[in-house]
Amino acid sequence: MATQSSRATARLMVAPSVIVLFIWMIVPLALTLWFAFRIYRLLSPDRNGWAGFSNFLWYFNSPDFWLAISNTLVLVGGVLAITIVFGVLIALLIDQPVWGQGPLRILVISPFFVMPPVAASVWENLFMHPQNGLLAAGAIGLGMQPILFLEQYPMSSVIFIVSWEWLPFATLIFLTALQSLSSEQLEAAEMDGASALSRFRYIVMPHMTRAITVVVLIQTIFLLGIFGEIFTTTQGGPGSASTTLPYMIYKQAVIAKDIGRAAAGGIIAVILANIVAFFLMRSMGKHLDT
Amino acid sequence: MGKIVLNSVRKSFGEVDVIPGVDLTIENGEFVVFVGPSGCGKSTLLRLIAGLEDTTSGAIVIDGSDATALPPAKRGLAMVFQSYALYPHMTVRKNIMFPLKMAGMDLAEATKRADAAASVLNLTNYMERKPGQLSGGQRQRVAIGRAIVREPAAFLFDEPLSNLDAALRVNMRQEITELHQSLKTTMIYVTHDQVEAMTMADKIVVLNAGRIEQVGSPMELYNHPKNTFVAGFIGSPKMNLIEGPEAAKHGATTIGIRPEHLEVVSEGGWSGVVGLSEHLGSDTFLKVTTDAVGTINVRAGGEVMLRHGDRVNLAPQANKIHRFGADGKALA
Ligand SMILES: Nc1ncnc2c1ncn2[C@@H]1O[C@H](COP(=O)(O)OP(=O)(O)OP(=O)(O)O)[C@@H](O)[C@H]1O
Ligand SMILES: [Mg+2]
Repeated sequence: MATQSSRATARLMVAPSVIVLFIWMIVPLALTLWFAFRIYRLLSPDRNGWAGFSNFLWYFNSPDFWLAISNTLVLVGGVLAITIVFGVLIALLIDQPVWGQGPLRILVISPFFVMPPVAASVWENLFMHPQNGLLAAGAIGLGMQPILFLEQYPMSSVIFIVSWEWLPFATLIFLTALQSLSSEQLEAAEMDGASALSRFRYIVMPHMTRAITVVVLIQTIFLLGIFGEIFTTTQGGPGSASTTLPYMIYKQAVIAKDIGRAAAGGIIAVILANIVAFFLMRSMGKHLDT
Repeated sequence: MGKIVLNSVRKSFGEVDVIPGVDLTIENGEFVVFVGPSGCGKSTLLRLIAGLEDTTSGAIVIDGSDATALPPAKRGLAMVFQSYALYPHMTVRKNIMFPLKMAGMDLAEATKRADAAASVLNLTNYMERKPGQLSGGQRQRVAIGRAIVREPAAFLFDEPLSNLDAALRVNMRQEITELHQSLKTTMIYVTHDQVEAMTMADKIVVLNAGRIEQVGSPMELYNHPKNTFVAGFIGSPKMNLIEGPEAAKHGATTIGIRPEHLEVVSEGGWSGVVGLSEHLGSDTFLKVTTDAVGTINVRAGGEVMLRHGDRVNLAPQANKIHRFGADGKALA
């Protein structure tokens, strides 16, 4: 799309989809914004009237709110760190020519096909459970006390489960990026005297920055809204130790049945997501340009 | 220094013997060209010398010491790839300085060498650009620059000009030849373009199916091809290889006559009809269907104005006839 006229044509052509997407997005957002300023509790008869900023203020005054924000960010950051580091390593590993490469790759990818609540349930009951879990059995076998994962380390456990689910996605993207790296470049670097580590650092990693950027951006969008895993395992507890912003909103909407407050929480979540997106795009957006 | 000796070097990929066994000596400072048809193992042989492929058996000796088991970086050779293999995220300067950085050279010295290489290769104005912002010829020069800063014992080129257009190719061909004359470093150059081979080489190695058919200077190969394969491969347009009674007249199974050694005569010789005539101005290429020896190529002077359908008589220059026996080998 180089010339003026082809750019104009392109804009015209994408206009319908942009308009549809815009409506698709703006209507729910406008409704949420509307309810955020209303008094709308399902359990009490006074369901009308403006609430002003009181729905929002409730969050800022709630002791759990800042914890929820920080839990959300810790969850996103933790999962990103784990999936990127291990994703790159696993991709490097399964890019090697090994016997049974096809089935191996499918196995590596398969956790991604497991639905979040199922995955969380499996981890909770089959691995992390203090009586029935495999990890507990292992600990007892070694003569140690079983670790109470979900009680003592709720956030770490949730981060671990979510990372397990998202690792295949990152690995897959990194693998395709690795495969698009020309072998001649690596051979040239080898002739230039670069050790395996230098080749990784100076040739492979720069080649991967775009893939890493894509993974960070896409995963962040999904990770900010993680809910099923928490709902299935810790229920935000113990106390509020593993409550994230989406889970807090859920509690307002479904448990407290306060639609106004839940809508206000939704708006806060949108603002948070935009702040995160702003910083991400500022620090990483340049890698997406050619 | 850059003397490279191959002692019965063999390479097989699984069951397939790609190089069944090659003996070759490359003297220090020589410009050696590997030519041969596609798939004959030129690149494989070059990659064996570079160390990018493991040798199945045999030995590669560089400057008197056995290098067969050495990794590429330890052999002191530099390679220029067909696709250039520049590092796309690094500037031209960083590309050229990369081998020096890997060798742990200090920055000031490395910068000095990179600048020197850049001025030799006319790259001074492009040092801060990325490879993506360069033309094909400039990329090629960066790849060469990256090779020369290391001051290697020998340069290996794998069809470095095949991605360039015809005019640029002639240009770069001359630049590489000049570079060789000023550096006096051993160069091994792979190509399937025999014009490149003829013009650049001190020594041509003709390969066929992984075997060396003949080694010699360009004129040696042109004047005295050892067998029909070399005879047909070296020279453009191709030598005419004629079998049958005409060959028997000369006491051979096959005779070869180069298109430029056939003369258009008024009578006698082989009579035939012109099928195709290409007028290049300086030369005229004719394809003539003769009664005696089948279709043959003729290279006549630019003044020959024959057209399709004309009848001509062709006579080979008697002392330019090559004679080959039943096994395809040249007869003395
Ligand atoms: N990694 C490999 N595994 C199996 N066979 C290979 C491999 N690399 C090359 N070959 C085979 O070895 C033969 C020689 O290949 P090579 O690349 O050396 O040819 P080449 O002379 O460079 O041809 P071209 O002029 O087309 O580049 C070919 O028949 C090819 O199929
Ligand atoms: Mg090749």
